Amino acid sequence: MQQEVVLAMLAKEPSHGYQLRARLRDALGPLGDAMNAGQVYVTLTRLEKAGLVAVEKSADGPDRSDRKVYALTADGQQRVAEWIAEVGWPSPDLAEFHLKLIAAARAGLADPLTIVDRQRHELLRRLRDAQRAAMAEPDRSDAALLLEGIVLRLQADLRWLEACEKSWSHRRSGR
Amino acid sequence: MNNVLRARGLRKEYGTGESLVRAVDGVDLDVAAGETVAVMGPSGCGKSTLLHLLGGLDRPSAGEVSLRGRRVDGIGERALARMRRTDVGFVFQSFHLMEELTAVENVELSALLAGRSPRAARRRAEQLLEQVGLADRARFLPSALSGGQRQRVAVARALSNEPSVVLADEPTGNLDSAATLDVLRLFEGLHESGQTLVIVTHDARIAATADRMISMRDGAFVDETRLSGGVSGRLGALLGLED
Repeated sequence: MQQEVVLAMLAKEPSHGYQLRARLRDALGPLGDAMNAGQVYVTLTRLEKAGLVAVEKSADGPDRSDRKVYALTADGQQRVAEWIAEVGWPSPDLAEFHLKLIAAARAGLADPLTIVDRQRHELLRRLRDAQRAAMAEPDRSDAALLLEGIVLRLQADLRWLEACEKSWSHRRSGR
Repeated sequence: MNNVLRARGLRKEYGTGESLVRAVDGVDLDVAAGETVAVMGPSGCGKSTLLHLLGGLDRPSAGEVSLRGRRVDGIGERALARMRRTDVGFVFQSFHLMEELTAVENVELSALLAGRSPRAARRRAEQLLEQVGLADRARFLPSALSGGQRQRVAVARALSNEPSVVLADEPTGNLDSAATLDVLRLFEGLHESGQTLVIVTHDARIAATADRMISMRDGAFVDETRLSGGVSGRLGALLGLED
């Protein structure tokens, strides 16, 4: 489990581990079924060690990890803000980007449509670079074939971003 | 005035009352000489209608269009037709070639209609076919050409009267990947030679070759990116080989 995803899910308010799991399951649907129940807790423990989250209180004693309420530290908030602002490709992968939009909207950290726009600009630049390189290759060169694969993947991702934009602008206007 | 094309408050409405549709809803656009602008958006966002308004194929419900500093939205039919013939080059998704004319005859036709001598028109058409890499196909009928070749003939035709601006509507919409690359190469060449280009498309590959990319949704511009400049050249990033 990507640490930043778990961090961002805490950005709105301190939460129990099981609440984080439920949110991830909602966001990922059947794709989240593969998620191991322990994964969120392992990630939370790592984040706690790294000083990015802090345990606020334990209701029923210190050994019941599912009773702990986790909150972001100042460093954790900083890390979430950086993650939201990051653009790139091939990472973030689909699930990470999807969760970024959900977390950003939920906690009011950023407008999902702004995130989509920034990602699109980044992908278009890469598409331009890949295409320039492809146009400079002789027909049927090995490199041209690889570049075609990159171009097709970027196109597919751009189409999905269109779908993201559509969905998030509907959610916004529906509010 | 170095803007070749300028639009202000452009609107196009269809229907009335309840069924009123605003296909283009308040668009402002400036296209500088030599610039390539891509307007991107899903089908039905109004981008084709916008292109028709810019090229005088259709008249706006409201707003202004100027070509090289001259208002064209209110001019008469004859003046508009002349403007379309001499000042604007069109490229369409489905090529719109005359099936019974050869490639070179298709290309020279618009020069003939604009009043050039047959000899000058033929010479120009042959030059243009050479420029688009089809000199050896000049005597072929469109039916004997591939989709990519037909589109290159259509681009040559669009250039025949040295238009101020070339307007292209989904020029790669009917083309496979290799033919798309040929058309993109051609547009890059036009861009380098200083041709002003406005392309509406939902093909991100074309948009990525533009200087500027404008996103259109529900008849209006919603986002704009300048893509040119800032040579990245970081091809390693494409594969995640660096970070």
